[in-house]
Amino acid sequence: MEMDGEELTAQETALYDRQIRVWGADAQRRLSKSHILVSGLSGTSVEFCKNIVLAGVGSLTLMDDRSVTEDALQANFLIPPLESEYGGRSLAELCCESLKDFNPMVRVSVVKGDLAQFDGEFFDKFDAVVVSGCTYNTKKAVNEKCRKRSKRVAFYAVECRGSCGEIFVDLQNHSYVQKKSNAAAECILNYPSLEEAIMMPWKGLPRKVTKLYFALRVIEKFELFKERNPGELSVSDLSDVLKLSKELCEAQSLSESHIPVALLERLLAAGSREYPPVCAILGGILGQEVIKALSGKGDPLKNFFYFDTADGKGVIEDISNQSANSADGKAVRVDVANISEC
Amino acid sequence: MASEPQLEIIKGAKVLMVGAGGIGCELLKTLALSGFQDIHIIDMDTIEVSNLNRQFLFRQCHVGQSKAKVARDAVLRFRPQINITPYHANVKDPEFNVDFFKQFNVVLNGLDNLDARRHVNRLCLAAEVPLVESGTTGFLGQVTVHAKGKTECYECQPKPIPKSYPICTITSTPSKFVHCIVWAKDLLFAKLFGDKNQENDLNVHSGDADNSSKQMEDVFIRSLDENLEEYGRKIYDHVFGYNIEIALTNEETWRNRKRPTPIYIRDVLPENLPGQNGNLENCTNEGSPVSAMSSLGFKNSQDVWSLAESSKIFLEALRLFFEKRDKDIGNLTFDKDDQLAVEFVTAAANIRASSFGIPMHSLFEAKGIAGNIVHAVATTNAIIAGLIVIEAIKVLKDDCKNYRMTYCLEHPTRKMLLMPVVPFEANKSCYVCSETPLLLEINTHSSKLRDFIEKIVKSKLGMNCPLIMLGSTLIYEVGDDLEEDVAASYNRNLDKVLAELPAPIISGTIVTIEDLQQEFSCNISIKHRQAPDCLDASESIWLTNSSGRFIDGFPTETNR
Repeated sequence: MEMDGEELTAQETALYDRQIRVWGADAQRRLSKSHILVSGLSGTSVEFCKNIVLAGVGSLTLMDDRSVTEDALQANFLIPPLESEYGGRSLAELCCESLKDFNPMVRVSVVKGDLAQFDGEFFDKFDAVVVSGCTYNTKKAVNEKCRKRSKRVAFYAVECRGSCGEIFVDLQNHSYVQKKSNAAAECILNYPSLEEAIMMPWKGLPRKVTKLYFALRVIEKFELFKERNPGELSVSDLSDVLKLSKELCEAQSLSESHIPVALLERLLAAGSREYPPVCAILGGILGQEVIKALSGKGDPLKNFFYFDTADGKGVIEDISNQSANSADGKAVRVDVANISEC
Repeated sequence: MASEPQLEIIKGAKVLMVGAGGIGCELLKTLALSGFQDIHIIDMDTIEVSNLNRQFLFRQCHVGQSKAKVARDAVLRFRPQINITPYHANVKDPEFNVDFFKQFNVVLNGLDNLDARRHVNRLCLAAEVPLVESGTTGFLGQVTVHAKGKTECYECQPKPIPKSYPICTITSTPSKFVHCIVWAKDLLFAKLFGDKNQENDLNVHSGDADNSSKQMEDVFIRSLDENLEEYGRKIYDHVFGYNIEIALTNEETWRNRKRPTPIYIRDVLPENLPGQNGNLENCTNEGSPVSAMSSLGFKNSQDVWSLAESSKIFLEALRLFFEKRDKDIGNLTFDKDDQLAVEFVTAAANIRASSFGIPMHSLFEAKGIAGNIVHAVATTNAIIAGLIVIEAIKVLKDDCKNYRMTYCLEHPTRKMLLMPVVPFEANKSCYVCSETPLLLEINTHSSKLRDFIEKIVKSKLGMNCPLIMLGSTLIYEVGDDLEEDVAASYNRNLDKVLAELPAPIISGTIVTIEDLQQEFSCNISIKHRQAPDCLDASESIWLTNSSGRFIDGFPTETNR
């Protein structure tokens, strides 16, 4: 969509009025110049797509060659329900068509292929990359490619397993202005890569990190070893998963009780199904986070977010070197007045 | 994850949604995806452009249509087999009585005003149907569960009162921009373009001046042959110049305050010649709304105008009202979607602000203040909708021990962005759900029944269709089926003071008030109290509950 110089058009001002009152016209302008890639169209990532299109980003590129399945029809509200309408078309194509309708000012398109096959240069096109439902190895590889680009490419991984879910955020080095009462301070957050975060020794993490973190790492490792795709596991894998859980806890000098059997069972039982209320919650939080990162406004979360229907909590976990050392792992604040040229 | 028995419970449930707006669209979608098959939805609104940034079931082509109906159609597209019954109606309509509410397993609110929330709360209590309440503003939101006998009702805890300002701050001593907006909107705009018969404090100034008041009235009347430009400048000088001069004569007011500066048009726009102000050509495009900004070439609503620019826009807007919208004059109330009205109010507020040394604001900001616009984004509504469905399912399973009030925070508290809290038990002094009596202290010799009904029964107690009794005597009721002589005697009662009613309301008596639709009944003990002279009538009412807490009400008309 054409941009009339630097100003928002009358059409944009009218449409985005209520959200401009939340984050301001400057942030809205920056959003309209941002380009997002979403790979893996799950119930959760589709919620995110809806949110980001409504917010008015410059473009959204969708990647998912899979055909429609029962599970997809369950949790994805962008797919027409009749086989005559969806037959023969990929998830990306179907979602693209629906999403275009939500906001004609956003360019929504499809790119075919497997995420793992694209080289680093491909990711230069984007300001943010969101992956859902891919293997750990793919997540890791894409994250690394993003980190190697000269322009910052924000990376997010989102997963919903039944009634709980996880969001991972990597903004590399993110500087933004934090406004507190009358003072403005420039803050810098340093994010670890996905691999660096996952490699953090469990023993060194702050006490009371949510059990979901550990449980998902066990399942992730199990999928890796057995070369299974996320969501392909089931309750029949429980005894093997428990064995692995025990081994990992021992290796990490952590008590086995740290990862409750009931939790692992619940995650396995979910298979590839997503609980729609949790998709809405995760898709909403993810939407907010991407908007914050792209607009440079607001405190982005660092670096994991968890929601579990069982306790109703939405929790941020800082799994990084800073958290292990400092009391609360907060952003490094540098008062604007004191910044000197480097 | 939904288990088999849970899925069955969901499939068989009948759910009522009140509101098909920001929260409503997200909620309807998530309910449908979660397996709900019988959903009823009430919303009286039609779709506006500013809704489209978050109410994603609606499109540009739907502007003007019923939200409830369009939402239903949109969801049926991906869930064609489910039943969604839309009502394009006000939830306060008599058809939505207790029997209507009784048919549902749970009620889910997605409302934007307190008045309607209280009404639904009472109906849910009367019908004994659990209510899941919610609200969002920007990045903040919350979901609360209300089940009779198990938790607080929606009215057990006091809700924050919308800010209102003392009249003298508005008319004489503004110190914030919002005071200038209220002056421009409720006084000046109302005086110029609103109902001529309404009382208006625009000319109230410190010091008694009944005579000069009479003279001032005449300034606003435009004689038939009076040139529009001249009229505009006359009004300008009167409200921004002369009125300020008069206010300055009262030394006492300004002893500890910054004195305002009178502003006259000749000083701000010395070259102000007729015809120079606007280009009529610009605003006569077919279909485009009349706008002073367009006429004068101002494009960006985020710019803060200078005093000179505000003055130009003030005069141009005034001129355009008389020239292009003279039919409206005398009937207008401020509407935030009326571009010309917003321009006029912004300009007027800015000039007044300038006079009082208060920083001026852009049209965008002024519109938000004048229109009480709630800032809103899609993501918060989506999160809240997910949380509502989770609570709704707990209600269907009667899982009371796990009910939670969940708060969506902008900044984490103890690592939490979504914070669940166990609901409190019902407040034993809540006059709504615990049926405890209230105490009213009022001047029974000077307060009329009409005031009692408007200020207490409707405003503070939130009743729509009241019935008022003393013992077994009916003092007042509303209804279409009243006999003529009965209705006439009720009307006569309205103008009587409380102590002189056929059944006198005096110290020691207990008045029973009922709203048959809400099936809500309330007893009020009366105590006569003489207010000190300096208090005005609306402030000489003391209404408290059995633990001595004041019952503060909300205006019955809400700004939408």
